[in-house]
Amino acid sequence: MSKLSKLLVSGVAALAMLGATAASAETVRVGLVAKVLGNGFFEAANRGALEAAHELGDLEVIYTGPTDTTAVGQINVINSLIAQRVDAIAISANDTDALVPALKRAMKRGIKVVSWDSGVAAEGRHVHLNPSSNELIGRMNVKLAADHVKDGKGKIAILSATTTSTNQNIWIEEMNKALPDYPGLELLTVVYGDDLAEKSYREAQGLIRSYKDLDVIVSPSSVGIVAASQAVSDEGKVGEVFVTGLGLPSEMAGHVKSGASKSFAIWNPIDLGYSATYIAYELVKGKAKGEPGETISIGRVGSVTLDDQRSAGMAEPFVYDASNVEEFAEIF
Amino acid sequence: MSIAFSNVRRRGAEIPNKLEMTMMGRLARWETLLVCVVALVFFLNTIASPYFLDVWNLSDATYNFIEKAIIAFAVALVIISGEIDLSVAANIALSSTIMGAVATAGYDTPIIVGAGLLTSLACGAFNGFLVAKVGLHSIIVTIATMSLFRGISYIILGDTVYKNYPDSFAWFGQGYLFDAFTVEMAFFIVIAVFFWMLLHKTVFGRQVYVIGNNKTCAAFSGIKVQRVKFSLFLLSGLASGVAAVLLTSRLGSTRPSIALGWELEVVTMVVLGGVSILGGSGTILGVILASVLMGLVTFGLGLLNVPGIVMTIFTGCLLIAVIVLPRITKLIMSHSKKTK
Repeated sequence: MSKLSKLLVSGVAALAMLGATAASAETVRVGLVAKVLGNGFFEAANRGALEAAHELGDLEVIYTGPTDTTAVGQINVINSLIAQRVDAIAISANDTDALVPALKRAMKRGIKVVSWDSGVAAEGRHVHLNPSSNELIGRMNVKLAADHVKDGKGKIAILSATTTSTNQNIWIEEMNKALPDYPGLELLTVVYGDDLAEKSYREAQGLIRSYKDLDVIVSPSSVGIVAASQAVSDEGKVGEVFVTGLGLPSEMAGHVKSGASKSFAIWNPIDLGYSATYIAYELVKGKAKGEPGETISIGRVGSVTLDDQRSAGMAEPFVYDASNVEEFAEIF
Repeated sequence: MSIAFSNVRRRGAEIPNKLEMTMMGRLARWETLLVCVVALVFFLNTIASPYFLDVWNLSDATYNFIEKAIIAFAVALVIISGEIDLSVAANIALSSTIMGAVATAGYDTPIIVGAGLLTSLACGAFNGFLVAKVGLHSIIVTIATMSLFRGISYIILGDTVYKNYPDSFAWFGQGYLFDAFTVEMAFFIVIAVFFWMLLHKTVFGRQVYVIGNNKTCAAFSGIKVQRVKFSLFLLSGLASGVAAVLLTSRLGSTRPSIALGWELEVVTMVVLGGVSILGGSGTILGVILASVLMGLVTFGLGLLNVPGIVMTIFTGCLLIAVIVLPRITKLIMSHSKKTK
């Protein structure tokens, strides 16, 4: 008994000290809720949020989240944030629908709710921030391809996931819309690797062998881009055929080093955490209303315009190359 | 000082015998320790966070343990009888999925709830049949049905969601009876009283203890062991159904991953409540206290924004303490007797 209570006392006392950084009344307190704790992506988002706090001064970030990726875990976190009377909650949701009742309760008690990365149904939040928009992603993929060839002149092929993948098809459509702005580029074909490493590898191999004048393989899939880079290395075509598209720094660092890819893109979690926190702050301060069509400024990242679902895309995907890929490879 | 326990012993579990209980014996119970720890945690929480002592906040806090506690009562009885039910969380998933399907078909709240409870009863009956009638071991049976029940709801739902519940359905998990007193709290109290009466005030309850201590002895005493066990699995199925109604109503939606991993938290509550994992002893009061304790600690740490992993460490330590403390006490006592 005494041992147990001693353990409890010392434990809770230590925790009390941790929590003792009580904020003054004027500080805006934003609860930044991750899908799960201990994931590099969300730790990076927290880094961005702290950056926003540092920049704005009167902003305090409470970074928290459940230990497993469940809706119920996040609801407990939301309840404790409501109880602490935070001014805003910025959450990356584990479930689009199950969080709605809890977040509605938060909004009823005057808390501003922003969802980011993974969204909440429109009735459960004020604003949703996507990492990017389809148009920006399509444009970025074409721009990356043009960057890989001399004077923007060359032949490209797209390695997609499945023929029925909604995201991929929209992005390819957006790429086609952006192509006329890059007259030097010629799109040879689109092939599908079904987001399977093995199939993507064979499709990329096929592209390299059947199109002798191919310059760039663009893969807007994190599976495809890695498989294609591997195929280029294995075929001994490094320096002749380049790979680019959307990929994860941790998986692509090696291929950037080998030269199979010069640069690729994906959202920047630091900017995402920064922007979500910034928007929450603006909502609390009344500088933003969270209405459809409104333009909200997000500090160093620029500004976003809300659509009729009160959601917006943050910015074009962030480009990773030899100068920064190592640093981000440790994050995600 | 008389000996606090009767001499019917098996695998270290004793049948507590009220008649021989002394004042000291009563005070030195696991429940007393739990009351002290609950009071202590409550007190520390009050000091640690200015937000803790608020009626609405405490009311919100009850949501994080009530659904699990309701299942824990029934599982406590199952464990006291020497069996275990690990399929409770999967039962929630299947019941919730069926309720979602019924709601999507356009039926109103009473029918949705009825369908959920019937599904959970059917799941319980299936477990009960395999354990009591076929005679399979309950660990194996309920590990299998755990995958089976959740598997069915994955087949039905895949990565989609049921969210067409009528507004009146939200009453169970989001409603208030008066002020901050929630509907879930009312369910919790009524069900706790029911299980307390059942275990401690009825012949059925005594039979559960006897079966947990010695199955053979129970059978020779004229207890219908199979029938009692079947009823216990029905009960734990039904309790999961009630929890499914409350949780689904609180979330307002169903995904097949609902209540994932709850079976372990439920068993934790039961064991923390002083129920012997080997069967034969334990009380409902202990389970109530353990559930409140876990709820308070989760909420208190949440208020301080302590990552949930600390909570897991805390329950882990408590569980080890639960198992180790009685043994150490016994060792010390037998040692002091020898030296005398």
